[in-house]
Amino acid sequence: MQGFWFGVIGVLWAGFFLLEGFDFGVGMLLPVVAKTDTDRKMALRSIGPFWDGNEVWLIVAGGATFAAFPEWYASVFAGFYLAFAVLLVGLILRGIGIEYRGKAHTDHGRRWCDFAIVVGSLLPALLLGVAFADFMRGVRMNAAHDMTGGFWDLVTPYALLGGVVTLTLFAFHGAAFLVLRTEGEVRDMARALIRTLAVPAGVAAVAFVVWTSQVRGEWVSFVLGGVIVVAFLVAARAAYAGRAVAAFSASSIAVALVPVWVFAALWPYVLPARNNAAFSLTVYNANSSPYTLRVMTVVALIFTPIVLAYQAWTYWVFRARVTGADVAGDGYGGGIVARARESAKKTLGGPSEPADSTAPTAP
Amino acid sequence: MDSLMLARWQFATTTIYHFLIVPLSIGLTLLVATMQTMAYRRRGTPAGDDWDRATRFWGRIMLVLFALGIVTGIVQEFQFGMNWSAYSRFVGDIFGAPLAMEGLIAFFLESTFLGLWIFGRGLLSPRLHLATIWLAAIGTVISAYFILAANSFMQHPIGLVYDTAQKRVELTSIWKVLTNSTQLVTFPHTIFAALMTAAAILLSVSAFHLRRSGEAADPVHRKVAGLSIGVLLASVVGVSLVGHVQGQIMTDQQPMKMAAAEALWDTKANAPFSLFAYADVSEGHNKIDISIPRGLSILAKNRPGATVQGINDVKDAEAAKYGGSPSSYVPVVWMAYWMFRLMIGFGVLAGLIALGVLVQWWRGRLTASPWLLRVATWTVALPLLANTAGWLFTETARQPWLVYGLLRTRDGVSTNVSTGFVAATLVGFTALYGLLGFICFRMVRRIARAGPDSAGPPAAELEDDRQLSLA
Repeated sequence: MQGFWFGVIGVLWAGFFLLEGFDFGVGMLLPVVAKTDTDRKMALRSIGPFWDGNEVWLIVAGGATFAAFPEWYASVFAGFYLAFAVLLVGLILRGIGIEYRGKAHTDHGRRWCDFAIVVGSLLPALLLGVAFADFMRGVRMNAAHDMTGGFWDLVTPYALLGGVVTLTLFAFHGAAFLVLRTEGEVRDMARALIRTLAVPAGVAAVAFVVWTSQVRGEWVSFVLGGVIVVAFLVAARAAYAGRAVAAFSASSIAVALVPVWVFAALWPYVLPARNNAAFSLTVYNANSSPYTLRVMTVVALIFTPIVLAYQAWTYWVFRARVTGADVAGDGYGGGIVARARESAKKTLGGPSEPADSTAPTAP
Repeated sequence: MDSLMLARWQFATTTIYHFLIVPLSIGLTLLVATMQTMAYRRRGTPAGDDWDRATRFWGRIMLVLFALGIVTGIVQEFQFGMNWSAYSRFVGDIFGAPLAMEGLIAFFLESTFLGLWIFGRGLLSPRLHLATIWLAAIGTVISAYFILAANSFMQHPIGLVYDTAQKRVELTSIWKVLTNSTQLVTFPHTIFAALMTAAAILLSVSAFHLRRSGEAADPVHRKVAGLSIGVLLASVVGVSLVGHVQGQIMTDQQPMKMAAAEALWDTKANAPFSLFAYADVSEGHNKIDISIPRGLSILAKNRPGATVQGINDVKDAEAAKYGGSPSSYVPVVWMAYWMFRLMIGFGVLAGLIALGVLVQWWRGRLTASPWLLRVATWTVALPLLANTAGWLFTETARQPWLVYGLLRTRDGVSTNVSTGFVAATLVGFTALYGLLGFICFRMVRRIARAGPDSAGPPAAELEDDRQLSLA
C-alpha cells in the first residue's frame, strides 16, 4: 500500500511536470517569443484554459503526500522553508499575472503582468529542480526527521544544476508547445528558440544524469536517466526537422519521466538523510496508518479516472490552434470559435441553430 | 517575538485574507451560475438578454476575485507543513485525508470547468456552457465541505485513536470525520455566509448604479438587486438559524468558547445574554455588564432556566483534566466576546439594509431614496467584517488548543525553522497580499463602475471608465 501511494505521488508529479512544464515554459519565454501585445495574448491564450487545472496537480501531489506520508510532508515543507516560500510567491505572481493581464487597462499594467508571469514561471521552474536534486542527494536530518542543514545545505552545485535542468527543459517544452499551438510570428520565434534551447538543455540534462549516477548509482537511476536523455534527443531532432507533433510528444516523455526517474532512484527512501542513514525517511516509516491509506486508495481509484477524463476532454475542446483572430477584440472568441464550432457540432452535440445568441460578435 | 508567535501571526494574516476572498468567490460562482440559468431559460427574450449581460458582467468580477482566492489558497496547504510541521506529524494521518480529497475531488473540478467556462463561451453549446459554470460552482462548495471538515476536526476531534508508539493520532473512521456534528452545522453556516457576502456585493454595485442613474439605470441592475435582496435575506435567516444550533453544539463541545463569547465568568442558571461588558481579567469578573435576562441560557441550551458553565469553572475543570495552570486554559476573552458580537451585529445590519431596500422597492420609491442606496452601496463591507470576526472568534476562542483537547498550539509549530525565516515570510506575504488586495480592489471597482456591456450608462458621464471597460 505504501508502494502504491509512493507511485501515485510520483505520477502526480509526472503529470504536474508534463502539463505545468509547458505553462512555465510559455510564461518564461513570453517576452522573447512575443513582442507585440497581440502576440503575447496569443501565447498566453494557448495556455489560458489549462494552466489553473494543471497547477492543481501540484496541490494534489502536496495533499496526497500529507495524507499518505505525513512525516515526509512535514519534514520537506519545514525543511525547504525558504525555497517553498519563494515557490509560493512565484506561483502567486504568475497566477495573478495571467488572470489580470487581460483585464489590465494600461500598457503599464500589462507590462507589470508580463513581468509577474516571467518571474513567476522562472522561479518555480528553477526551484523544483533544486528541490528534486536535493531529494536525490539527501539532506541533513536529526532522529526526529527534522531537517537540520539550513538553507545553504540545500544550495549546492549539484542542486543548482538540477534547477538548470528543469528550467531549460521546461523552456524547451514550452517552446515545443507554442510551435504546436500558435501561428505566425510567435510560432516562428518559438521554432527558432527551441533550436537555441536544445543545446544548453541537452548538455545540462546529460551532465545531471551522469552526476546523479555518482550520487545515487542504482541501475534504475542510470537506465531511466538514459531514457530521458534519449527522449530529449529525439525531441530536439524532431524540432530541427520541423516535426512539431513529434517534438512535443518526445519532450513530454522526457519532462514527465523526470519525477518518475527521481522517485525510482529514491525508492524505498522518500527523503534520505545524508548525515546518518538511520535517520532517513522511507516509505515504511513516513507513512499513514493502513486504514487511512485504504480510504485514500478507494477515493483515488474512483476519482482519478473521472478527473483524467474531463481534463482530457478540455484539451479536446480547445484543440484548435490559437490564432491572432482569437485574441483580437475582447479576447473571448473570434476565429477559434468559428473553426472549432464545426468539429464541436459533431463531437459535443453543440449548438444546432447557427450563430446562436451567446456567441460573441467577432470584431 | 518568537517564531511561535510569528507563525501564528502568519497563519492569522494569510487565513483571514484568504477568507475575505473565498466566501465572495464561492457565493459569486453560485450566483453567476444562477444568472446564467435565468439567461438560458429566457433566451431570446429581452429579460434573457439582460440576464445574459448580468452573467458576463458579474462573471468578470467573479474571475478577478477567484484568481486571488486560488493563489492565496495554495499558501494555506503549504503552510501546514512549513510553519506547523509538528502539527502535521501529529494529525497528518487524519487531517491530510480531507485535504487530499479536496484537491482531487474539488480543485480539479472547479479549475478545469472554470477554464472551460471562460474560454468555452460560443464554443460549447449554451446548455453545456451553463453546465460548466454549475460544475465549477459545485466544485467550490465541495472544496468548502472538505476544508471545513478538516477544521471541524480541530474543533471537535473524533474518529481517531492515539498511537503511543508513533506519538500521533490515527484515523479510525473517515465517515465520522466527514459527518462530524460540528461540521454538519459549520458547513451550512459558512455556505449561507458565502451567499450572503456575494449577495451583498451584488446589492452594493446595483445600488451604486441605481443611485447614480436613477430610473435610467441599466435594467440589469434592477434585476440583480432583486436577486441579491432575496438571497441576502434568505441567507441572513439561514445563517442565524444554523448559527443558533451551532452555538448549542459549541456549548456542549467547547464550553470555554461559549463562556468566553459571553464573558460569563461563573457558572449560572438562568444565564443572561450580555450586550455590553467590561471585564477585569485578572480578577475573573465583569466590572460592567448590561444584559438580557436568561438570554444566554436560551441561546446555549434552548431553555431559559438552563445552567451555562462559566470561564472560572471550565478552566479549573480543564486544568484538572489536562494538567497545568487553570489560567492557561482561558483564551483572550475580550476578543471572543467582541468578535462574537461583531459577527452577529454586522450580519444583522446587512440584513436590515436589504430589508430597507426591499421596503422602498415595495413602495415604488427605490430610485427616489438616494440616501438608502448610498448606504446600500456599502453593504458588502458588512458580511466581510462579519466573516472575519466569526473566523477570529472560532479560532482564537479555541486557544490554547490547536486540536481541542489533544494538541496545544505551542506544540504544533515547526521547531527547525528559524525566527528570521518566519519573520521574513510574514513580512513578504503581508506585503504581497496587501499589494494584490489593492490591485484587486481597484480592478473590481473599475469593472463594477463601468457596468455591463453595451447597455451601460451614457458614455459622457464616465469617459474614463468606459475606456477601461474596453481594455
